[in-house]
Amino acid sequence: MALDDRKSIFSFVGTRPDRPDGLDKVTGRAKFGADMSAPGMLHGAILRSPHAHARIVKIDASKAEALKDVKAVVTRADFADVPFKPGLEGEFYNVLENVMAGEKALYDGHAVAAVAATSALAARDALKLIEVEYEILPHVTDVDKAMAPDAPVIRKGAADYSVPAGMHPNVVRYHESGHGDVEAGFAEADLIIEDSFTTEATHQGYIEPHACLASLGMDGKGELWCTTQGHWIAQKTCAALLGIETSQLRVTASEIGGGFGGKTTVFIEPVALALSRKANRPVKLVMNRSEVFRATGPTASASMDIKIGMKKDGTITAAEGIFRLQGGAFPGAPGDMTAMCAFAPYDLTNVRQVGYDVMANRPKQAAYRAPGAPMGAFAVESVLDELCNQLGLDPVDVRLKNAAAEGSKASYGPTYERIGLVETLEAAKAHPHYSAPLKPGQGRGISCGFWFNHGGETSVSLALSEDGSAQVMVGTPDIGGSRASMALMAAEVLGIPYENIRVTVADTASLGYNDVSHGSRVTYASGLATIKAARHAVEKLCERAAVKWGIPVEAVKWENGCAVPSGPNAGDFDPLPLADITADMGATGGPISGHFEATPEGAGVSFGTHIVDAEVDPETGKTSITRYTVIQDAGKAIHPTYVEGQYQGGAAQGIGWALNEEYIYGDDGRLQNSIFLDYRIPVASDLPMIDTVIVEVPNPGHPFGVRGVGETGIVPPLAAIANAVSNAAGVRMKQLPMSPPRILAALKEK
Amino acid sequence: MSKLHVTTTVNGDEVEYLCDPRETLLDCLRDKLNLTGAKEGCGTGDCGACSVTVDGRLVCSCLMLGVEADGKQIETVEGIADGDVLHPLQKKFIEYAALQCGVCTPGVLVAAKSLLEKNPDPTEEEARYWLAGNLCRCTGYDKIIRAVMDTAAELREAS
Repeated sequence: MALDDRKSIFSFVGTRPDRPDGLDKVTGRAKFGADMSAPGMLHGAILRSPHAHARIVKIDASKAEALKDVKAVVTRADFADVPFKPGLEGEFYNVLENVMAGEKALYDGHAVAAVAATSALAARDALKLIEVEYEILPHVTDVDKAMAPDAPVIRKGAADYSVPAGMHPNVVRYHESGHGDVEAGFAEADLIIEDSFTTEATHQGYIEPHACLASLGMDGKGELWCTTQGHWIAQKTCAALLGIETSQLRVTASEIGGGFGGKTTVFIEPVALALSRKANRPVKLVMNRSEVFRATGPTASASMDIKIGMKKDGTITAAEGIFRLQGGAFPGAPGDMTAMCAFAPYDLTNVRQVGYDVMANRPKQAAYRAPGAPMGAFAVESVLDELCNQLGLDPVDVRLKNAAAEGSKASYGPTYERIGLVETLEAAKAHPHYSAPLKPGQGRGISCGFWFNHGGETSVSLALSEDGSAQVMVGTPDIGGSRASMALMAAEVLGIPYENIRVTVADTASLGYNDVSHGSRVTYASGLATIKAARHAVEKLCERAAVKWGIPVEAVKWENGCAVPSGPNAGDFDPLPLADITADMGATGGPISGHFEATPEGAGVSFGTHIVDAEVDPETGKTSITRYTVIQDAGKAIHPTYVEGQYQGGAAQGIGWALNEEYIYGDDGRLQNSIFLDYRIPVASDLPMIDTVIVEVPNPGHPFGVRGVGETGIVPPLAAIANAVSNAAGVRMKQLPMSPPRILAALKEK
Repeated sequence: MSKLHVTTTVNGDEVEYLCDPRETLLDCLRDKLNLTGAKEGCGTGDCGACSVTVDGRLVCSCLMLGVEADGKQIETVEGIADGDVLHPLQKKFIEYAALQCGVCTPGVLVAAKSLLEKNPDPTEEEARYWLAGNLCRCTGYDKIIRAVMDTAAELREAS
């Protein structure tokens, strides 16, 4: 049999069928994290520190434990690792410290104890009876202050080998990369601009709070239902934190009500399991919104210095950036990612970037859509815009002049394979939006953006049924329509209708390990594995046809859902449809299924270009986005409607980050805006329609050419909007969010 | 605290439950009646994921107490379809991919249905302001607004 490895003409891929789970989601039938119950179930609640930094002197839960409705109280002593006797290392230790404080509460909202009771109200009431004695310590929440010599130390010894000697202990990781000679490059420049920028921490803002239902017995066997982007990482982490064997904990992913990176780790799940083990009953634990804001991962805040030199013709001669990222009271702020992505769109001779990972008394940062990249793009693309303005150059032309292409050495090291940045810029230049006239008070901004994309550990199984339908089992939770993409890719290979394929997100006991739904990897990696699993099944279908026809399998090929003889010498047989082979597969060799598992490495980097028009009201400082166009390379759009949806969603989150969203801390180190009324994400009346252009420059690393599309869409908006607002207001905006008070202040100083 | 007995009508069915006076209507729908379509996204009336109608009026069920439902007519997302026939809004939401994760969708559908009952011919701006109480973090609202506007046009043609 012959199978082409790569494909460019499609029957199903590129169409826009209804998603398989659509009915469940418009009728209220879909089961999200908080929608599951169990017989005998208890309700959990978590007590959280009101202090930004405090030593936990004593916890007295006796009054809570005395209540008849209370069935268990847990503290750090109920986990696998206790203070002064560490058994966990690295990220497991960090996650344990985060889900239940040890010696110290490290931020406002840090969990210190939890209860399980017969009702949610009883659990909440019981929390009030737990007495915690704190010794309040000095705190720091700002990134620059956290690096200063007199800053309070969050945790000694948290820094790794990368940090140069002499830095404050709150600096825990250091990254430096680049190539060429930046000093020589700056000497060649006609104009050098050097400036500093800041962005605030923002939350992923998924509408579904974290929720789980846990059951763990004294025999170390457990069941966990939770809303997560990756149930295998939840399984592995919870097992480590509870001190049980990984395989004894079966984790099922619920439907997930948004994640954007924030559900790639665990927060309440280990606590619910510990409560369940102690009470010997199932425990449901659901966060409220305030807990989500105070205790789950926002993105990092950033302070950045950029210096770029340019010739009069727009050639960038040298670029340098220093990126300081604050990621809460644990290592993990993506200073390295910010540094590596910041200049990645450009083919630079001389470039140097430095990233710092800095700890402060804030919640542990979590991934947020292209983690680290939007902040760096904001700073770099703002300076590029200013260079264009001062040199009188067109911002798209300048980006085209410097754009990276196949063969360019990336600012972060590797040499690019086929990439689509130039194509997005050319599409921007040709788009009617770019040449549309602006009204008075409006400004236009553009920006490019880059994200790496990711492959990751992936495993998919596909089984055929006797009626010729197929079930596909994937391990990556469907956060935005991926069941539809998987079914389209399987249909393409098998040659059976899309509707005849059912895609299921399998639990951890039903499939091998799968990495999280992150890194824009699902359509790429689970898609690749689905295609290969389907091809594996097709090989078997061809073998069965060969048996039926009595010819060698090499003489059978697969076309349009049928086995056919591969040429005139193979014999004269009518095409044999898939359903005719599966109908009697029990008699021709047994069940037919396909499987594939790998860690694919060819994710294919991704670029986008955004065009934004903004209008600034000089009276109030309010900004309105009047027009928005996203142009991004998808490699190959499997389901174009859901690709557009990713572009639009990324842009909308970027608009919130640029204009309004921020974590606001008081001098007491407490978060002041922990509900949606005060942390306002964009609502329908804030936004225009968001136009999209899907550019398709196939990724050589995927059989159908797919590049992930989920994350790149949030990289350009911060910069594109800042450029639009700066051009509208006539003053360079260097701090995000560009909230009305900031804009009024900037206008005043103009 | 002793519980109170409540008799109410949900999606046309008469139902009864006992509730603590502190429990919200949303708690009662989800935990006592097993109607988990309405979601708690915030508990403060800011996100609209718990939207239901009470005697025809659009409310956040997290802001109303369970005891206040006594004698009222409640409609939830579970009651939008007519038996096995989806409401046109439900069909258009699937067709337009007006949802990604789908957790805001029940509230958005209840709110959009309420809009079209009051205003069969909304402008885009009116639709955007009516739905401003329903947060969606995935879609940027573009496809939601298109689905609502197209449903409105289709319903006008049909009437």
